Amino acid sequence: MIAEIGLAVLWMAAALAVLQLFAGFSALRPGGKALAGVVRPLAVMQGLLVALSFMALIDLFLETDLSVKLVAANSHSMKPFIFKLAGTWGNHEGSMLLWVTIMAVSGGVVALVEKRLREDTLIATLAGQAFVSLGFYAFLLLSSNPFERLPEPAPEGMGLNPLLQDVGLAFHPPTLYVGYVGLSVAFSFAIGALITRDVGPAFARAMRPWVLGAWIFLTIGITAGSYWAYYTLGWGGWWFWDPVENASLMPWLAATALLHSASVLASRNALRAWTVMLGVIAFSMSMVGTFLVRSGILTSVHAFAVDPERGSFILALLAIYIGGALVLFGVRANTVTEGERFSLVSREASLVFNNVMLCGILAIVLLGTLYPLMTEAFGAKVSVGPPYFNPVGAIFALPMMVMMAVGPLLRWRRDNPSRISATVAVPALASALALLAVVLLAPGINLLPMLGLAVGAGLALASWLPLRGRNLRRTPLSVWGMVVGHFGLAVALIGAASESAFSTERLAAMNVGDRQSVGPITLRLESIEPVAGPNWTALEATISASYKGGAPVTLHPQARTFSSPPGERTESALHTRWNGQLYAVLGNEGDDGRWQMRFWWKPFVPLLWLGGLLVAFGGLLALIGRVAQDVKRLRVNDKIAFRKARQEALK
Amino acid sequence: MKRLILAIWATLSVLLVVPALAQDQLPPAPLAYRQLDDPVLEAKAQRLMETLRCLKCQSQSIADSDAPMAGDMRHQVRSRIAAGEDPEAIRAWLIERYGDYVSYAPQNKPIMWPLFAAPLVILLLAAILLRGRFRRGPAKAERAE
Repeated sequence: MIAEIGLAVLWMAAALAVLQLFAGFSALRPGGKALAGVVRPLAVMQGLLVALSFMALIDLFLETDLSVKLVAANSHSMKPFIFKLAGTWGNHEGSMLLWVTIMAVSGGVVALVEKRLREDTLIATLAGQAFVSLGFYAFLLLSSNPFERLPEPAPEGMGLNPLLQDVGLAFHPPTLYVGYVGLSVAFSFAIGALITRDVGPAFARAMRPWVLGAWIFLTIGITAGSYWAYYTLGWGGWWFWDPVENASLMPWLAATALLHSASVLASRNALRAWTVMLGVIAFSMSMVGTFLVRSGILTSVHAFAVDPERGSFILALLAIYIGGALVLFGVRANTVTEGERFSLVSREASLVFNNVMLCGILAIVLLGTLYPLMTEAFGAKVSVGPPYFNPVGAIFALPMMVMMAVGPLLRWRRDNPSRISATVAVPALASALALLAVVLLAPGINLLPMLGLAVGAGLALASWLPLRGRNLRRTPLSVWGMVVGHFGLAVALIGAASESAFSTERLAAMNVGDRQSVGPITLRLESIEPVAGPNWTALEATISASYKGGAPVTLHPQARTFSSPPGERTESALHTRWNGQLYAVLGNEGDDGRWQMRFWWKPFVPLLWLGGLLVAFGGLLALIGRVAQDVKRLRVNDKIAFRKARQEALK
Repeated sequence: MKRLILAIWATLSVLLVVPALAQDQLPPAPLAYRQLDDPVLEAKAQRLMETLRCLKCQSQSIADSDAPMAGDMRHQVRSRIAAGEDPEAIRAWLIERYGDYVSYAPQNKPIMWPLFAAPLVILLLAAILLRGRFRRGPAKAERAE
C-alpha cells in the first residue's frame, strides 16, 4: 500500500510540475497575468508531494518490504538501521528520487521565501525549475520506478555492497546531491533572468545563497568522500582522480567560480554575462557528474549502477537542458551587457583572473576524465591519472592561490599596486622561508609538494590580512567567511603537500609479539582475534604503538568478511596526533603463518580534511552573513514602505 | 588403496581447480607485500608503482590495491628495480604486455598529443580573454571620464 501511495504521489507531483511549467509560461505572455498567482503555490505543493513520496520509500526500506523490487535488490532484514535508511539512496532509483525530492523542495522554498526578485523573473525561474525537474520525473517514472513490486515477495534481500556499509558513506551521496541540486536552482535563476532580461544585482543576490549553500554541501561531500576513500580502501590514498571523484570536483570548481562572480555582480554590477554563463556551466557539471556516476560509462570503484539505457536518458536530458540554455544564452547574450568596468589592478580583476584559472582546472579535469572515452572511439585504450592531473592542475592552481593571497587586499574598481606592496611582502616572506626550510631540511622532495608547502604557508598567513585595520567586532560575517574559507584552502594544501612529501610506509609480515617501526613510531603486534558484528565477522589485530618511545596507544585494524552480499573489506585503524596520523591495516595471513601488516606515518595529513571543513565553515559564515543582511534589508524596506504609506494616509 | 584414492582426488582437484582460481589461490608473490631493503630502491619502485594502473580494480594504482594481480605487478616492479632495471624500461615492458592502459603517466604518442596540448590551448584562450577584457576596459573608462 505504501509503495502504491508513493508512486501515486510521485505522478501527481509530476503533473503539478507540468502545470507549473505551463502556468509559468502563460503568465509571462501578455494577457496571461491571471495565471501568475498559481505558480508559487504549485511549486510549494509539488515540493510537499515529492517529499511525501520519498518518505514512503524510506518507510519501505526501514520496514524491509521485500515485495518491492528495489528493497529486495538492495536491502536485507539483518542490516543495521542506519544502513537500511542509507539503502534508500544507495542505489540508482532511490538516488534519482532523492535528486527530484531535493529539487522540488528547493523549488518550493524559492517560491515561499524569495521576495527580492522581480515577480516575472521569479515566475520564469520557477517555470525553468519545473522544466528541469520534469526530465527527471520522466526518467524516474518511465525507466527507473523505485516503487515497482515483485510478482512474488523475495524471501530475503540481496543486501548492500559492503564497501558502502559505512556511516561516512551513508551520508556522502545525499550531501553531494544537495550540492548538485542547489546548482540546479542557480541554473533556473540564470534561465529566469535571461528570459525576462533581468540579469543584474537583484538576480545575483537572489541566486547567491543557493550557490553558497550548494557549494558548502559540495565542499563537505568532497571532503567526506576523500576521507572515506582514505580509510576504507586501506592503502592510505585520499584522492585517485577517479571519474566519480572528478564528477564531484567539477561542479565544485564551477560553483566556486560562480560564487565569486555572483558576488561581483551583486555588489559591483559587473561580470553579468560571465555570471550567467557560469550558472549554466555549474549545473551542466552537476549533470555531467550525475551522468558519469549513474550511467556507469566510466567503470570505477564507485560505479554501482551500470546500465547504458539510463546513461543515454541522462545524456539526452543533459543535451536538452544545457543545449537549450546555451541557445537561450546565445539569443539573449546581446541584451546582457558586461556591466560596470574596472581596471587591471582591482579586486574585480583578481576575481576574473581566478575565475579563469578555476575554469582552466575544470577544463583539464573534464578533458582528463573524458579522454579515455574519446580515445576508445579510436580504438586506443589509455589511462589518464595522477601523473597528468597533478602537474597540469598545478599550472592553474598555484597562480590562482597566489592571486588568492593578493586579491582580497585590493580595492574595488581601481587600485594602486604600491598601496598593498608592503602588506603583501609579509606572506611573500613566509612563502620564501617555508621554501627555504623545505629545501634545507627535506632535500630531494618533489617539486609540486615543495611549491605546495611554500604557497600554502604564504596563503595561510595572507588569508588573514583582509582583517587588518578593521574593527573585528564590526567586520561583516561574510568577510569572516572569506577569510576562514581561504585559510581553510591553505590548510588543506599544506596537508596534501605534506602527505605527498613526507609519508613513510612499512609493509611487514609479523608474528604476534613482533615489533616494527614506521617513521617516528614503534609498533608491536599484540594479538589477533576473531570478532563479529551485526552482519559481518572479522579478524581484529591489537597493535600497540608508541610515538618516539612515549606512552603506547592501542589500535584495532580489522579484516571484515560480509555475508550478505558476500564481500571483504579492510577496516583500517587510525591514530591521530597533532602532527600526523598513524594508519594501520591488517592484511592476509601468509603461508608461514605471519600476518601481512601495512603501516603508514603521514605527517600533518589530517590538515587536509580539517582544511576542507574550514572551507565549508567559511562558506557557512558567509551564507549566514548574507542571509542576515538580506533579512535586515527587507525589514528596512518594509519599514520605509510602511512609513511612506502612513504619510500618504496622513496627507 | 585409500591413500591412492586420496592422492588421485587431490591431483584431480588441483588440476581442475587451479586454473580457475590460479590468481586468487596462489600465495602472493614474495615482493607483493614486502618492501625492498634499500630505501632508495624502494622509493624508486614506489614512485613507479604509483603511476601504474591496477588492471583488475578501477582507478587505483598498483600501489593502492589488494587485488592479487596488483600484488604480482608490485612484485615484478620491485624485483626488476632491485635487479637494477630502469623504471621507464619496466614501464615500457608492462605497456608492451598490457597496453597503454596500464600506465597512468601519458605516453608520448600521437593519440595523447591533444591531452598535452590542452593546457597550452587553455592558457592561450585565457590570455586572449583577459587581454580583450582589459584592453577594452581602461579605454572605455577613459572615455567615460
